[in-house]
Amino acid sequence: MKRVIAVQDAVAMIPEGATIMIGGFMGCGNTHGILDALARSGKGGFTVICNDGAMLQGPDGSECYGVAKLIRNRQVKRLIATHVGLNPEVAQQMNEGTLQVDLLPQGSFVEMIRAGGAGLGGVLTPTGFSTIVEDSEFVHSVVDVDGKSYLLMRPLHADVALISGYEVDHYGNIWYKGTTRNFNQVMAMAADLVIVEADNLVEAGTIKPENVMTPGIVVDFIVDGGEAL
Amino acid sequence: MNREEIKPFIAKRVAKELHDGDVVNLGIGLPTMVPAFLPENVHVTLHAENGIIHAGGHPGEEAEPAYVVDAGGKPASVQTGGAFIDSSVSFSLIRGGHIDCTVLGALEVDEKGNLSNWIIPGKIVPGMGGAMDLVIGAKKVIVAMEHTAKGRPKILKQCTLPYTAVNCVDLIVTEMCVIRVTDGGLVLEEINPEFTVADVTAATEAELTVSPNLKPMA
Repeated sequence: MKRVIAVQDAVAMIPEGATIMIGGFMGCGNTHGILDALARSGKGGFTVICNDGAMLQGPDGSECYGVAKLIRNRQVKRLIATHVGLNPEVAQQMNEGTLQVDLLPQGSFVEMIRAGGAGLGGVLTPTGFSTIVEDSEFVHSVVDVDGKSYLLMRPLHADVALISGYEVDHYGNIWYKGTTRNFNQVMAMAADLVIVEADNLVEAGTIKPENVMTPGIVVDFIVDGGEAL
Repeated sequence: MNREEIKPFIAKRVAKELHDGDVVNLGIGLPTMVPAFLPENVHVTLHAENGIIHAGGHPGEEAEPAYVVDAGGKPASVQTGGAFIDSSVSFSLIRGGHIDCTVLGALEVDEKGNLSNWIIPGKIVPGMGGAMDLVIGAKKVIVAMEHTAKGRPKILKQCTLPYTAVNCVDLIVTEMCVIRVTDGGLVLEEINPEFTVADVTAATEAELTVSPNLKPMA
């Protein structure tokens, strides 16, 4: 059984300056309750590994959707992402020199996270070859395998992963709804501390074992999103 | 051609490149207009890289924007027979050659089929998102775009902006013409009857070989 903690406890576990993986795609599948509380906490200096900077004017009526709240509050000093076009505040802070943004191809990004959680030394991908991606510090080298060129991408790992699950049971097993699975599934494997926000906290057995998408053994703590929101 | 006719005209021509049963990924903007021009007997499966196979449009009142969005972050749906997948599987499908065709816009394309479509350094830095993976992984890469930008050619001898990928484009469809990228360079295969070959070459910086079978574009 995993400990169910209050959203404030989750925030207390995230150290100043931590590297945080945040699941989600344009805010869909962000841990909205934990991010709201983290945004209010005033903590900062974070390196955020998230596909994007979410967006302004979220579908929930919020001015800043999900991870965009941390960016608005200038709690992020570095963002490792693939696309930041829907949140103009990212470019603005980038131009001011207050936010470092590292852009990676989305397919490389997700596999680098997968590698980080799967004990792999890196990812060999043809994506990004002969482009400015080669200059990234996340590229170890250009590797020739039987006449074809690949970039050897370094794995990504984080101090904390914030995972959004639709149904989460007391063993930490997760079922994701719709497109919220996106990066949550790989990120749940790739951090020292994994906190899942459950939209619905359910009894063990509710999610059939065959339908568990992330096994609870990788989850450390559960926040009951039903209460946090 | 009236300004508002340009995009549907391009989308209509691109639609002819798709075959029944194709798995297709469409970029945002003009490419999303393509399915509307498919003949009744051609059904394609839309892949959205954030994790939908058999993606459908905005489901109206049934929309659940907190749970189902497309690759542009807009409310979406999944059609019967479809699936939701995680990003790792989604991009394995892309890189692994399981996507038959991708249609996307471009800032620049050049004679070697090199593509630049994700960054204007110092000005617009949205990020490459899934574009770099799509153009190296999809079996067929179609660039659908207006022929010029404010009168300046976009089909160049060599791209000036950072590449999305090199040697990746198969076909370029604009309001003026259809150009195939071959090992021997760019071949003008079809031309919009409203224009002459001289009009096209004047609006194109790259060297064009006119196909001996040049056809009217429709």
